[in-house]
Amino acid sequence: MKRRTLLAATALAIGFGGAAFAQDKTKVGFVYVGPIGDGGWTYEHNEGRLAVEEAFGDKVETVFQESVPEGADAERVLTQMALSGADLIFTTSFGYMDPTINVAAKFPDVKFEHATGYKRADNVSTYSARFYEGRAVQGHIAGKMTESNIIGYIASFPIPEVIRGINSAYIHAKKVNPDVEFKIIWAYTWFDPAKEADAAKALIEQGADVILQHTDSTAPQAAAEQAGNVITFGQASDMGEFAPMPRVSSIIDNWAPYYVARTQAVMDGSWESVDTWDGISTGMVKIGEISDAVPADVKAEALAMVEAIGAGEYHPFTGPLKKQDGSDWLAEGEVADDGTLAGMSFYVEGLTGEIPQ
Amino acid sequence: MIRLEKRPTPSRAWAAATPVLAVLATMIAGGLLFAALGKDPFAAIRIIFWDPLFHEQFAAYSRPQLLVKAGPLILIAIGLSLGFRAGIWNIGAEGQYIMGAICGAGAGLAFYPSESILIFPLMVLAGALGGWAWAMIPAILKTKFGANEILVSLMLVYVAENVLASVSSGLLRNPEGHGFPGSRNLQQWGASANPELIAGSGMHWGVVAAFIAVIFTYVLLTRHILGFQIRLTGESPRAARFAGVNPARLILICLGLSGALAGLAGLFEVTGPAGQISIDFGSGYGFTAIIVAFLGRLHPVGILLAGLLMALTYIGGELAQLMLGLPSAAIQLFQGMLLFFLLAMDVLSNFRIRLGKAEVA
Repeated sequence: MKRRTLLAATALAIGFGGAAFAQDKTKVGFVYVGPIGDGGWTYEHNEGRLAVEEAFGDKVETVFQESVPEGADAERVLTQMALSGADLIFTTSFGYMDPTINVAAKFPDVKFEHATGYKRADNVSTYSARFYEGRAVQGHIAGKMTESNIIGYIASFPIPEVIRGINSAYIHAKKVNPDVEFKIIWAYTWFDPAKEADAAKALIEQGADVILQHTDSTAPQAAAEQAGNVITFGQASDMGEFAPMPRVSSIIDNWAPYYVARTQAVMDGSWESVDTWDGISTGMVKIGEISDAVPADVKAEALAMVEAIGAGEYHPFTGPLKKQDGSDWLAEGEVADDGTLAGMSFYVEGLTGEIPQ
Repeated sequence: MIRLEKRPTPSRAWAAATPVLAVLATMIAGGLLFAALGKDPFAAIRIIFWDPLFHEQFAAYSRPQLLVKAGPLILIAIGLSLGFRAGIWNIGAEGQYIMGAICGAGAGLAFYPSESILIFPLMVLAGALGGWAWAMIPAILKTKFGANEILVSLMLVYVAENVLASVSSGLLRNPEGHGFPGSRNLQQWGASANPELIAGSGMHWGVVAAFIAVIFTYVLLTRHILGFQIRLTGESPRAARFAGVNPARLILICLGLSGALAGLAGLFEVTGPAGQISIDFGSGYGFTAIIVAFLGRLHPVGILLAGLLMALTYIGGELAQLMLGLPSAAIQLFQGMLLFFLLAMDVLSNFRIRLGKAEVA
């Protein structure tokens, strides 16, 4: 037994030694929850990886692993990546949080960046984007354009990020169309074209003529196209192949500048553990081209909202707002604090149904 | 001309040789696939089958990981093989695995934050019971109403997945989890943790349980009357009935045992490698175990080897993705080929290949 552990220790030491020798090239790893061809969330993270390669050329080497299940397998994938000599590893889904923290503790010299989580360490940063800013714009367009006053929403998992998006879209749809009603389907997946298409069809059958999605495939877009007269928004990626109808606009996650900056920081030795939460103002969240299917005045209002949010003049969660149970949340003119938003687990007043418990 | 001639009894030599042939055929077809993707086929095959065991940089870590990955597969497949031998088809091990994890975790978390040493044994018991109870549903429906156990057990997987989603965002949600779904981390709570028993070996209680199950099943099948009844029922249900085998009792025992073992696998996984109940806790072990059971010829030792081989393709596949940039879909295709070739090679154990003209009958 002793000999075995000794062997293991030597092998590990060789592993680390190897990593140290390869120091001339900075190795950056990416762990993806979906396939890089999902056309949404993972696709955009991979675009960020390609941007890192382009920015640094020969000075970096990137590796990635796609469709990694969130859970025990992620921990192994991360360990192998660290053993292979990676200097910086981006783990791009919420479910990688505990595995990232566990592996980071074993490799203090490797830097980790976890997307959308809340646990940090000396060598673990977190980063996320304020997608809810884009949801506000979507809500506005959706509220203006719906004729049936029923807006369908394909939600993924009941986590704060998704709930924030639903609330933000609802608040802004309701503001321009008091009769609007949201129908929400929880798909319990980030990427499952068959399930997403089923959800979209079910919502359309229930009278929805706008479909918002918080899942990553283009299946809902295809379902809407087939139904005709239903509008959608690209999620995570532009999904421009469905423009001008059904896709009338989109939220684009633009990770490239962040990934390039963090890789630079590792090269300079200036990397520090931080918590980044950027939105439209820094370009981490972009609004995709609003198509001609949207009336000109609605488009102008939407663009004005993008402008105001980007300039910091308008916050999508500005009072007066009440919670679903009727209790007060934000007073007139009051703006939600980041802490509440980060852990949001309630609907705002007017939304029907319950968050799955 | 090539003819196939049915053997009076399946050839034992071929039955043992076909898994090896299937692996070789998979390597060749897989190599062609990787070459078509523009990757060096020899490097890819070497990374998948050799590097997890002997690569100087990774092996020290990935060798023990083989046990971690194979443990639940073997434990579940052993349970399934008992039923499969008797012609009782439990396809819902994934559901029993999930329910075992939920019941076990729930039983433990009810006593949080106690540090009593009785908590882990209690969780093990609850895990086995959870899986057992979930398997009893198809068993009772089958024995009382003749409902098809394949369909019922399979459909209950989807029910279990929804129960899982519900408890991870409700009943078992970590109150300190910032509103995110998922239970407390059971790995980090001393009373419920299922850690490595020997550091760096990958051995946790689930792997130990898998080895015990292999030995126990081997003895059961070769030495015990119940094992004889299971084999007899599978080979000749009529003869079994004449020999006084009670089919209803056998269904209850086989489904119950496989459910309990799947439940145990779930419990050991949730307290060890996975760490917490979360919405996507079910990782398909229950379905992969079906492949493992057949790859191992429904024989306990065969299943042990098949489980390790399957784990090797998983871990090697991950390495190949990392080192060669192979797409994950290609790896899944590769694993699928393994089962495909195994089933195709079965022809050799059931038929004899004759060259030359057909003899006049």
